Amino acid sequence: MPVIAPAIGQEFYTDVFARIMIVTIAAISLNFIMGYGGMISFGHAIFVGIGGYSVGILASHGIESAYIQWPIGILMSGLFALIIGAISLRTRGVYFIMITLAFAQMMYFLSVSVEKYGSDDGLTIDSRSDFGLSFFDLNDSMTMYYLAFVLMISCLYINFRIVNSRFGRVLRAGKSNNERMTTIGYPTFRYKLVAFVIAGMMCGLSGLLTANFEDFVSPDMLFWTFSGELIFMVVLGGMGTVMGPLGGAMIFLFLSEILSNITDAWHLIFGPFLILVVLFARGGVDGFLKKYEGPK
Amino acid sequence: MDYVLLAEQFFNGFQLGILLFLVAAGLTLIFGIMDLVNLAHGTLYMFGAFFAATFVQLTDSLVFGMILTLPTMLVTGIILELGVLRTLYERDHLDQVLATFGLIIFFNELFLIVWGAGGTGINLPSYLIGTSELPGGISVPDYRIVIIISGLLVALLLYLLVSKTRIGMLIRAGASNREMVSALGINIKLLFTLVFGLGAVLAGFAGMIITPITQAESGMGEGMLILAFVVIVIGGIGSIKGAFIAAILTGLIDTMGRSFIDVALMSFMDSVAAETAGPAISSMLVYILMAVVLAIKPSGLFPPKGA
Amino acid sequence: MTEIMLKVEKLVKKFGGLTATDSLDFDVREGEIHAIIGPNGAGKTTLIHQLSGLLKPDSGSIQFDGKEINNLSAPQRCLEGLVRSYQITSIFKDFTVLNNVAMSIQACEGHSFRFWHSADKDISLAEKAMKVLIETKLEEKANVLADNLAHGEQRQLEIAMAIATSPKMLLLDEPMAGMGPEESSSVTKFLQSMKYKYTMLLIEHDMNAVFALADRITVLVYGKSIACGIPEEIRSNKEVRAAYLGNG
Repeated sequence: MPVIAPAIGQEFYTDVFARIMIVTIAAISLNFIMGYGGMISFGHAIFVGIGGYSVGILASHGIESAYIQWPIGILMSGLFALIIGAISLRTRGVYFIMITLAFAQMMYFLSVSVEKYGSDDGLTIDSRSDFGLSFFDLNDSMTMYYLAFVLMISCLYINFRIVNSRFGRVLRAGKSNNERMTTIGYPTFRYKLVAFVIAGMMCGLSGLLTANFEDFVSPDMLFWTFSGELIFMVVLGGMGTVMGPLGGAMIFLFLSEILSNITDAWHLIFGPFLILVVLFARGGVDGFLKKYEGPK
Repeated sequence: MDYVLLAEQFFNGFQLGILLFLVAAGLTLIFGIMDLVNLAHGTLYMFGAFFAATFVQLTDSLVFGMILTLPTMLVTGIILELGVLRTLYERDHLDQVLATFGLIIFFNELFLIVWGAGGTGINLPSYLIGTSELPGGISVPDYRIVIIISGLLVALLLYLLVSKTRIGMLIRAGASNREMVSALGINIKLLFTLVFGLGAVLAGFAGMIITPITQAESGMGEGMLILAFVVIVIGGIGSIKGAFIAAILTGLIDTMGRSFIDVALMSFMDSVAAETAGPAISSMLVYILMAVVLAIKPSGLFPPKGA
Repeated sequence: MTEIMLKVEKLVKKFGGLTATDSLDFDVREGEIHAIIGPNGAGKTTLIHQLSGLLKPDSGSIQFDGKEINNLSAPQRCLEGLVRSYQITSIFKDFTVLNNVAMSIQACEGHSFRFWHSADKDISLAEKAMKVLIETKLEEKANVLADNLAHGEQRQLEIAMAIATSPKMLLLDEPMAGMGPEESSSVTKFLQSMKYKYTMLLIEHDMNAVFALADRITVLVYGKSIACGIPEEIRSNKEVRAAYLGNG
């Protein structure tokens, strides 16, 4: 992919692929807690928003150094994940879904209500994160593209290592049978919370990239529909599979690209498509991908 | 503090609370009995608004239009249940979330195409446009009084239905112990369809009754849906009593917060800072309330028995 | 003198108006198999939940190995060496048999905040798990998915998972539940082979198994202990016969 797009030489495709890879990072992080850990977060867009606004807010104060923006963005995402996770993980099942959704909505309204940072108009970012290196300038679209690629591959690899580690086993076993985990001696809350924080930070990274890529952040980044779309991508690609998030994000974004070229009212087709996938093809898509990816 | 304003905002908050209850009651019953997470419940609220607007425009009568809306909502709810939602009962929550998310996307787009971004509305007849003076110099628009009274009336009817009738007994039993109802050997499918239809009517009633004040717009249901989620999480899933208390609480806190938090903040910070922080904090108040409730009682104020 | 491993005193648990555990006293000595029997609804499951830390008693004390454990969580009790198995098979169905046991071993080795190294390549983990499988005669099934085991084997795995945490004492919640006589007698033999290695509290309906295995038996009726003694005493106890064996 990194070779193909530039080879075709069309900036349009470079952009499409860059966007896919950035969204894939968010999907990987959601898959990490949802696909492997069984935590259905309906507020995952929060962390994209926090990463994005970290760039936007710091840039609006004239702080453009990536070495300040990026660590702050990732740490803030982790901190919020810690707080939100500590409250939400006290609950189970459907409560967890609703609470993460409510937290996302809370952050959305927060971003809408702060006039200093653009309210619902959002913040335009005048200059992308500055790495202080002449050969590494994010304003160059190819540099941006390769950065997204390298980070996506890193996240895929990190996810792969973690889910197969001892920690990952605890996470997966907790999804399979939480009560049993506690009676053989695991305080599962702790492990879930750590996983939630890792996912939050990874998703914050996706937000940092989004802000730089779009030169713009707005409350839309944290809107709940984006959280829903992320869930759909993960399910579409195959929950709890290493490459699933990439496949899901690609199918989703291509589909929306194609459909929106056919008609402005593409949601009219997309909504029923989503329902049909869930009703009839979910096991199919899921199982199909699992077959070709070997063990989880 | 301005006590007249306080009283007026209290009315507004109470009104929001009642609407929230009507939406949340259906949601909490549907979840409690069918174990279905229905994101499209806000869509039913939107249906109510558009049906009402259309019927009122067609019949040129507020009363007739609204009377027509309710059975239409019942039929809509039943069609949706039979067509899509019924197949979701035995699926896991994730499937339910995704499929009902798909419903939202579809209907929002559909209504956008048919009615445009501006949506449509209901003009109040002249006899409802005035305001009434309550003792103490508080003036309340007549129609708000209509909303509050009719909403309370529906809540009362729901209470009577659930607590005094046989079907209500089954609903209550189902909400607190699903297996027991299936063990009783009654027609569970029919009960599910009826409960869903009832939820649709309640949500539709809420959407209908608010339309003369706001508008019927595509996407209007989701704000309501998420607040209703907050309500049932605070109240405890499956509990109508919990939903009522939490809905009124949420409505009051949200409305009063928006009007008074900057005043409250100004008492201990300078006015510029208060005006900046005010809107931010007030928009988060209900979610903070929810977080606090959950931190203390993870299953809400009135948790279902056996949970 | 043998030491007391588990001592329960004045334990009370009420659910609304129902007293599930009624001022219960008993103890389990090191190395013995102490069985708890009683008709349905006698409060056996409630008791094991309280011992394993899933339920909190209303009052009373539970001492394990000389230490009050009433305020310890389920994971903490497990690390202290008090480990339970489940009546309804509770295993990780999408893990292999070996990895099910490995989860228990991992639990005992302290925290699992190791994020990078593949657990599949962790030889020490697999070796220890294999040892437990050999001890529990499941070694041939090591790489089978737990979901694909026969019912009796899943029960065996259930106990293997408990043993793998290197417990001082096992709480066995109806290990023979839902078994035919043949399977049941093979599990009885299996438990016999574990005898003296582990102290066990056995909750069981299968009277043949109980009388074959137990050193002492406590009879529970409506949350109360109505008799406690060696199997011969229990067999001849009139009150027990009336309350339980007579109509069972």
